[in-house]
Amino acid sequence: MSDLSINPSYRSKIHPKKFALYTSFASITMMFAAFTSAYIVKQAGGNWLEFAIPTQFYISTAAILMSSVVLHLSLKGFKQGNQNRHKYGMIAGTILGIVFIAMQCSGWMTLVDNGIYLKGNASGSFFYLITLVHALHIIGGIAALFVALYHTFTLKFEATPQRILRYELTVHYWHFVDVLWIYLLMFLIFIK
Amino acid sequence: MAELITTYDTDVILAEQGYDDKFHEHHHGDKYQSGFIHHYIFSMDHKIIARQFLMTGIFWAIIGAAMSIIFRIQLGYPEESMAWLKPLLGKWIVVDEAGIGTLAPEFYYALVTMHGTILVFFVLTAGLSGTFSNLLIPLQIGARDMASPFLNMLSYWFFFLAGVIMFYSLFISTGPFSGGWTAYPPLSALPQASTGSGTGMTLWLVSLTLFVVSVLLGGINYVTTVLNLRTQGMTMWRMPLTIWAFFVTAILGILSFPVLASGFFMLIFDRSLGTSFFLSDIFIEGQALDRVGGTPILYQHLFWFLGHPEVYIIILPAMGIASEVLSVHARKPIFGYKAMVLSILAIGFLSFIVWAHHMFMSGVNPFISNFFVVFTLIIAVPSAVKVFNWITTIWGGNVRLNSAMLFAIGFVSMFISGGLTGIFLGNSAIDIQMHDTYFVVAHFHIVMGVAAFFGMFAGVYHWYPKMFGRFMSETMGKIHFWGTLIGAYAIFWPMHYIGMAGVPRRYYSFDSFDAFKHFTELNKFITIAAAVVFVIQLLFVLNFFYSIWKGKKMTSRNPWEATTLEWSTPIEPIHGNWPGNIPSVHRWAYDYNKDEREYVPQYIPMVEGEEEDH
Repeated sequence: MSDLSINPSYRSKIHPKKFALYTSFASITMMFAAFTSAYIVKQAGGNWLEFAIPTQFYISTAAILMSSVVLHLSLKGFKQGNQNRHKYGMIAGTILGIVFIAMQCSGWMTLVDNGIYLKGNASGSFFYLITLVHALHIIGGIAALFVALYHTFTLKFEATPQRILRYELTVHYWHFVDVLWIYLLMFLIFIK
Repeated sequence: MAELITTYDTDVILAEQGYDDKFHEHHHGDKYQSGFIHHYIFSMDHKIIARQFLMTGIFWAIIGAAMSIIFRIQLGYPEESMAWLKPLLGKWIVVDEAGIGTLAPEFYYALVTMHGTILVFFVLTAGLSGTFSNLLIPLQIGARDMASPFLNMLSYWFFFLAGVIMFYSLFISTGPFSGGWTAYPPLSALPQASTGSGTGMTLWLVSLTLFVVSVLLGGINYVTTVLNLRTQGMTMWRMPLTIWAFFVTAILGILSFPVLASGFFMLIFDRSLGTSFFLSDIFIEGQALDRVGGTPILYQHLFWFLGHPEVYIIILPAMGIASEVLSVHARKPIFGYKAMVLSILAIGFLSFIVWAHHMFMSGVNPFISNFFVVFTLIIAVPSAVKVFNWITTIWGGNVRLNSAMLFAIGFVSMFISGGLTGIFLGNSAIDIQMHDTYFVVAHFHIVMGVAAFFGMFAGVYHWYPKMFGRFMSETMGKIHFWGTLIGAYAIFWPMHYIGMAGVPRRYYSFDSFDAFKHFTELNKFITIAAAVVFVIQLLFVLNFFYSIWKGKKMTSRNPWEATTLEWSTPIEPIHGNWPGNIPSVHRWAYDYNKDEREYVPQYIPMVEGEEEDH
């Protein structure tokens, strides 16, 4: 089915599917740029409640940074034919991704305990909105990792170009949502 | 100088000069083209998907236009009984004891809202750029298909699903959304705000969110395809202007639609989860709501950050198509190719920094308005460059006045007429008088409604043989053109005067305004013109479907004697577009009347001593 998109050999610097994925990063970036711009505009309008960001959000940050590192190693392992590194890296990365979501949930609950509600002041509403929509993107990444896990455990270990590409797409997306989270966290820390 | 060739044996040239991408070797059977369902319904072939977009676009265009006729009847003949529409509109026509039927005011608003939504998104975005980007990008850059045929298929089906949901919303008991196509809060944010704000708005939001997904999937694919799958020799500076236009259109979509999605998310939060991003100090039926601290202006910023690039998403493909059609049928190279490309890029860039000119009167800081005025007026520069180049292209050309060419010329006419009034509206001071009047309605209908339609018609007449292997009827095409051109001006020209007098848009009736009484006859005239133009469009639809089966058959591959690659493919379209090699490109797309040769297709190698024209 994908024969069609094979690049003519004389210009294949980057696989078109990878390029398409990077293009979609521009879209996602614009979406969060819109949220954060709206945040700044709303904040300038006054009536803005400041609150401390619960610790869980820093733990989740550590988790997702680590997950990116192990997934990177796992991808490298796949390319080098190191089955164990590939497999365990992927499992660890997926678990760390789930830890990220769990920590975000726990963080939201702490916020609620601290009296910061979705329905309350706009600062809280924005915090929930931005972290929630980001979490949805992480869940998408976890879903892709589950597909990758499924392939790892059901298919013979064989680093074909097609499978390397697939795993690369997954891991690169993961790095992107990771970096996106770092940006969002910095934004929420410094502009509050 | 070598022997001058005026007709070309494409197969021989492609076999000798083309690029062998080994496509047919490792292509094991046609897995996803066999069987009716995979061929015509869940197709991944860009040519089929293009036709799907076009047919769906036509369907929506008829519905959207029919809606405009209904509200035009209300505006032109507010006193007349509309009881005869009862079988169609049911409870939205209220019949009193005397048998006089009136259109329910809330349904009037729903009609206006749906007309805008349908035409802007479903017809002029999906129907125009969806159709022609799909059809032409792979064919004109020499690719077998899109970068991801699967995402391309999904793009259409998300659009289709968005359409199904919107269509469903027309039939629910509270009616479709009725707060204007821009869906400003609070009408869009509070389900209790009006009849259409409940389920109608929910469906609207779901539908348009799916639509955003469709545009993004399509756009990502178009950009990737243009940048990665061009054939050998097809440098960016050799691409036809159509491709440049679709390319920039797709970039605009990729960057601006997500911002609309952000706005929609916040709107959904406000509607369903009780946040107050856009709401503050609202009273409904004397009751104060506990929603404080938000501002509807914020939504307007997010909406128009999409909304303005959106008008270029609509008009750029039409510009690209017009450039191509004018050049082919004037038998002349496009004038100022590089200037054309640069002006497309300039328009694309500027479209992102002018959005607040839709909000001059919404309470934004007038000092900030100044910046938006300046950037808005600067758009006149690349636009004027394009207009100048179009006119210069046909100047002194050996013009074939067929339907496609007529519509391309009509496009230029409409773009000039509508563009000039944009200069009025772009001034924040003049906008104090003009905003929200029929002047605005006239302006944007001419410049992005009718002009974009003209571009689309030019494209349909021109590439119809490529799509269906037959020609549309020229006679009917010409009647269609003249009727539409004259009719469209008859509808929208008078609206400028009405608008200058201050008649506000979106009003159900002007009965209680003495100042507007003298426009009664003019409004009748506009309504009659609109009805006539509507009937003429049905002629186009008839011509379109009749010609699929009964049109004059295409007997040669390149009936227009054009230079671009799509005309080197077989008459009977095949999967993968070219049966053997894909063409290699040796020249730009506009070698007409060069060195005494009538036209030189892009896949013809340069002869000795020949120089590239640009």
